[in-house]
Amino acid sequence: MTEQLVADSRRAQSPLLSVRDLQVEFTTSAGIARALDGVSFDVQAGETLAILGESGSGKSVTSQAIMALLPKPAGSIVGGSILYDGIDLAKEPVSRVRDLCATDIAMIFQDPLSSLNPVFRIGDQVAEPFRRRLGMGKKEALARALELLKRVGIADAERRISNYPHQFSGGQRQRIMIAMAIALKPRILIADEPTTALDVTVQAQIMRLLAELQAETGMAMILISHDLGVVADSASRVAIMYAGRIIETGGIREVYDHPQHPYTKGLLDSIPGAHAMGEPLRPIVGSPPNLLDLPAGCAFHPRCPIAVPECRAAVPSLREPEGAALGHHVACIRAEEVRSHD
Amino acid sequence: MTEVSLLKVQNLRVSYPIHSSILQRRIGENMAVKDVNFTISAGQTVGLVGESGSGKSTVARTIIGLEKADGGRIEFEGRDITQSTRTELKALRRDMQMVFQDPFASLNPRLSVQEIIVEPWLAHPDVVPKNRRASEAKALMDRVGLNPDYASRFPHQFSGGQRQRIGIARALALQPKLIICDEAVSALDVSVQAQVLNLLDDLKQEFNLAYLFISHDLSVIEHICDRVLVLNGGVVVEEGTPRELFENPQDDYTKRLFAAVPVIRPWLNGASSKPAGTIPRY
Repeated sequence: MTEQLVADSRRAQSPLLSVRDLQVEFTTSAGIARALDGVSFDVQAGETLAILGESGSGKSVTSQAIMALLPKPAGSIVGGSILYDGIDLAKEPVSRVRDLCATDIAMIFQDPLSSLNPVFRIGDQVAEPFRRRLGMGKKEALARALELLKRVGIADAERRISNYPHQFSGGQRQRIMIAMAIALKPRILIADEPTTALDVTVQAQIMRLLAELQAETGMAMILISHDLGVVADSASRVAIMYAGRIIETGGIREVYDHPQHPYTKGLLDSIPGAHAMGEPLRPIVGSPPNLLDLPAGCAFHPRCPIAVPECRAAVPSLREPEGAALGHHVACIRAEEVRSHD
Repeated sequence: MTEVSLLKVQNLRVSYPIHSSILQRRIGENMAVKDVNFTISAGQTVGLVGESGSGKSTVARTIIGLEKADGGRIEFEGRDITQSTRTELKALRRDMQMVFQDPFASLNPRLSVQEIIVEPWLAHPDVVPKNRRASEAKALMDRVGLNPDYASRFPHQFSGGQRQRIGIARALALQPKLIICDEAVSALDVSVQAQVLNLLDDLKQEFNLAYLFISHDLSVIEHICDRVLVLNGGVVVEEGTPRELFENPQDDYTKRLFAAVPVIRPWLNGASSKPAGTIPRY
């Protein structure tokens, strides 16, 4: 398959973005919460990595750390590195990261209404990156903005360009956000829950638009989501997060078809509609842990159906279990048992 | 399943007035619900699906008396409840309860869990005698999977899933026949959502509850409902069992809606969750 060949040739290249052992802490009135604890992943040019997890797992904190958007002063990077183009973003001052992010790394958020300025016309907002970063004149910048709005599927763009954000629907606003994000042809696009606030038909359109734009531009994408289904069509690799750590990562088909972490397996079993109708769901017991009071050892062990006393002894690190596909890593000492229960 | 319909909605019409910007004069109306017909039998779960603006929440709010119908008829156990007075509504709410989407906004932050569950009994004192209320509240907590030792804790001390369980316990307090769940599991993480869905299923069996289940999440609907109504622009465009709608949708809108549901493993059967063709423009 050509897909496979392309994937192989990419693996040989050095990654576009390399996150290594990232540690982020939040200072709260109740103590210090370690929101990210040793997160590592690579993103290659042209590939889509999905970062999946439930609330509090650290998936959004990861993108905030990359973009220097951690809420200050509560959150800070306390260890690890974020290597982009030979620069360690974790060590650079915020202003420098922002400059870089303006052109090379772009981001879209869940709520397009709160990310757009309500008192400026759409055209001026989409044109802003051209004017500020490329120093274009107003007319030229607006012409470029119009092109972009057409590209992301805003109907009647010539007229709509002078409308304000509230005059657009949620899906159209997300298209406008995407237009702004891709304006300067970023090399990486981070999409944090880009379709969570949207209706299901609109969600499918937006995911399709993102995939098309990626194919056209060759940019890398990091899709952050709580929804395992939404990313299934577009992502080639996934990283599943739990309590601030990546607990399983690998090719998406490998991970979804043969999950080897009990948490991943539990998540897949919890999805309604994924198995026979009328059958009760098999939820994971309990609820996600409090980051201020993490269980000893593997953070998942109190909810884990196959936990053994050793699970409490040490935090398991990512490893390639026996029989797993290349690049499939799991942070579970009993990963082999999970697989055998497929 | 009995043939007697618990709830019967006929030709329901609900509109919201549009007011002019300065003088607030009524200049028109927005027809949220144009013509909706359906019945729910005792012990049955009926799902209402549709996208934002389809009118699904308005239908629910009108049934429970939070909005006034402009036309049509709502019958509960054969009685017309469309033009109920406040006293009649109060009696009616004993049989009909609602669980809301946001477990953070729908619980009074100043009341303990026990006070929240006991509160419906203050309005309907005959359901549980005063001296048994505390113990009954704890029994309900236990039934919905909350530790009864936490009865004196406040909502902020619970997680989202636990708060939704408190909301369910409160809805159960009056032993209703129908519970309206308006996006009741939408705000929950998937692992916790599955727990709550299983709980709703168990309670249905145990108390012969009927649910009107409103959700934008079609996989949830598919899982929990006996019958599903697809709402578009305030009109029911299709009705059927979840299986019929998923496997053989008739209406164009239903087809589009169900085709857009993300598939967990799109590589199986070569199925893709993306509808073919170009992006529809709105």
